[in-house]
Amino acid sequence: MIVAEGLTKYFKDLVAVNGISFTIEEGEMFGFLGPNGAGKTTTMRMIQCVSPVTSGSLKIFDMDSISHPREIKSLMGVVPQENNLDMDFTVYENLMVYSRYFDIPREEAEKKVEELLDFVQLTDKRDTMTESLSGGMKRRLILARALVNQPRLLILDEPTVGLDPQARHMIWDRLRLLKKNGVTVVLTSHYLDEVEKLCDRLVVMDYGRILVEGSPSSVIEEYVGSGIVEAENYPELLECLNRREASYEVIGDLVHIYTNDPQQIAEYLTMKCPISKMSARPATLEDVFLRLTGRRLRE
Amino acid sequence: MRACDYFALPGVSSKSLKVWQRNKDVFMKDIKLNFLPPFIEPLLYLVALGFGLGRFVETIDGVPYAKFIAPALISISVMYASFFECSYSSYVRMYYQKTFDAIIATPLTIEDVIAGELLWGATRSVINTTVMIPVIALFGLIDIRYSLLIIPFAFLGGLLFAAIGMCFTAITPNIMSINYPVLLFITPMFLFSGTFFPLNALPEIIQYFAIAFLPLTHIVNVIRSLGYGILELSLLFDLIWIIVVCAILLLLSINMMKKKLIV
Ligand SMILES: Nc1ncnc2c1ncn2[C@@H]1O[C@H](COP(=O)(O)OP(=O)(O)O)[C@@H](O)[C@H]1O
Ligand SMILES: [Mg+2]
Repeated sequence: MIVAEGLTKYFKDLVAVNGISFTIEEGEMFGFLGPNGAGKTTTMRMIQCVSPVTSGSLKIFDMDSISHPREIKSLMGVVPQENNLDMDFTVYENLMVYSRYFDIPREEAEKKVEELLDFVQLTDKRDTMTESLSGGMKRRLILARALVNQPRLLILDEPTVGLDPQARHMIWDRLRLLKKNGVTVVLTSHYLDEVEKLCDRLVVMDYGRILVEGSPSSVIEEYVGSGIVEAENYPELLECLNRREASYEVIGDLVHIYTNDPQQIAEYLTMKCPISKMSARPATLEDVFLRLTGRRLRE
Repeated sequence: MRACDYFALPGVSSKSLKVWQRNKDVFMKDIKLNFLPPFIEPLLYLVALGFGLGRFVETIDGVPYAKFIAPALISISVMYASFFECSYSSYVRMYYQKTFDAIIATPLTIEDVIAGELLWGATRSVINTTVMIPVIALFGLIDIRYSLLIIPFAFLGGLLFAAIGMCFTAITPNIMSINYPVLLFITPMFLFSGTFFPLNALPEIIQYFAIAFLPLTHIVNVIRSLGYGILELSLLFDLIWIIVVCAILLLLSINMMKKKLIV
C-alpha cells in the first residue's frame, strides 16, 4: 500500500526526515510514534503528496508520490494535525463543498454526507457554522470530511490530540470500524496506550529516523521486557542491581527495573537488598517510548 | 528556484473552477451585503465629485466632469474588487482559515487553488462592473451601446489586478504589511491614472511613468473610450499592454505562491 525507501526531507539545512524506509500493508493499522519534532508530520505530509520528497522514493498505491499526486490524493483521506475546516461554511456545507473537490456527483454526495454525519454523530449540528463546534466535534467533522471520497487509505496526524476521553474513544471506535471494512489506516499519536491497543504495527521515530519497528507487543518485549518493577532510588539498591546485572533506569527518585520476570526480581530485591517500597506492573509502549527517546523535554 | 522558474507554465487544471465555485458560494451567502458597496460607492463619488465639484470644473476635452469621471469610477472598482479579493481576502483564506491547506489534500494542486482564486478575483471585478453600469447609465453618463463591452473587459482588467494582489500576498510577511502596496501603489494609481483629471495635467515624466508602470492608466483609457462610445486605434496599445503584463503577472503570481506554500 505504501512503500518508502530512504525517504528524506530537508527544510533548507534542517533534516526533518532522515532516510527512513518502511512498508505498510493493505488493511493494516499502522502507527508512527515519536516525540515532538521527530518528523512524523513531515512524513505524513509527504505521504499526502502535499510536501515534496527531497530524496528517496515513496510509492503509494504503486504510484510515485511525485509524478501522480492527483491520482493518489483522489484515493486517500486525510485528517491533518491542524484543524482546517472551512469557517465560511456550515457542517453540512463543509462536507458538500469538499465532495466537490473530488468530483463526486451532487446526489451521490448528498447521500454520502448524510451517512457520514450519522457516522460521526453530527447530524444535529448540520447547520452549525464550524467555528462554534467544540474541539471534539471539529475533529469528528474532519474525520467525516476525510471519508467523503470513500478512501482506501486514511492518514491521520494526531487525530485525538487535545480531546476528552469520550471524544477520543469515539474516534478510535470509528477507526476500528473503518479498518474492519478494509480501509488501511496510518496514524500518528501521543496516546500510546491507545496505539498499543489498536495498531497492528508501529514505528518509533526520533530525530528523523526510525528507531524500532514491529507489533506493539514485540516492540515492548524486545526493548523493555514484559514487566517493570518500580522501586525507590537508594544508592545501595543500585549497587544491588548492578551485582545482578539487572537492566534498570533511574528516573529522579524512582528506579525502573526492566524484566521478563517481575516476580523473580521482586523476590531478589526483598531478600537481598535494602528496599522500602516497590511495585510491579506490566510494561507498556510508553516505557519503550521513553526508553528509546529519552526523558528530556522536546520543544 | 531559479529566476526563469518564476515564469514557468504552471500545471493548472479545470479543477481550479471548484475553488472559484467555493468562493462564489461564500459570496452568495451574503449576496445582499456584497452587492451594496459597488452600488453605493459610485453614487457617492458621482454626487460629491461629479455633481458637486464638477460645477466648479470646466468641461474636460469638451466633456462634462461627471461624464469624465464616471468611467474612471468603474475602472477603480475593477481594480479594488480584484486587488482586495486576492490580497487581504486570499491572505485570510491562506493563512488564517487554512483553506488552501484543506483543498490541496484533495486531487487539486496548489496551482489549481491559486488559479481559482485569481479567476474569482476577476469575477468580483465583473460583478462590480455589472452592478455599476446600469446605475451610471441611469444618469446618462455612459454610452449604452459600447458600455456592455466594459463587462467582459472588466474580467481582463480584474485578472490583472488579481495577479498583482496575489503577488503581494505571496511576499507579504503578515496581513498588516499589505497596507504598504495599498499605500504606495494602489492609492497613487487611484489618483494619478487619468482618473479624476487628465494625465496630461501632470509633468511629462510622470505621464510616461504612469503609462509604463501604472496598470490603471490603461484600464481607464479603455473603459473611458467605451464609455464615451469612441473607439480609437490607440486602444490597441492599451489592450496589448494589459494582456502582456497580465500574462506575465499571472504566471509570476502562481509560481510565487507555489514557492511560498509548497515546502
Ligand atoms: N515547514 C517547515 N519549515 C521548516 N522546518 C520545519 C517545517 N515543518 C517541520 N519542520 C521541522 O522539522 C522537524 C520535524 O517536524 P514534524 O514533522 O512536525 O515533527 P512531529 O510531527 O514529529 O512533531 C522539526 O524540527 C520541525 O521544526
Ligand atoms: Mg506533528
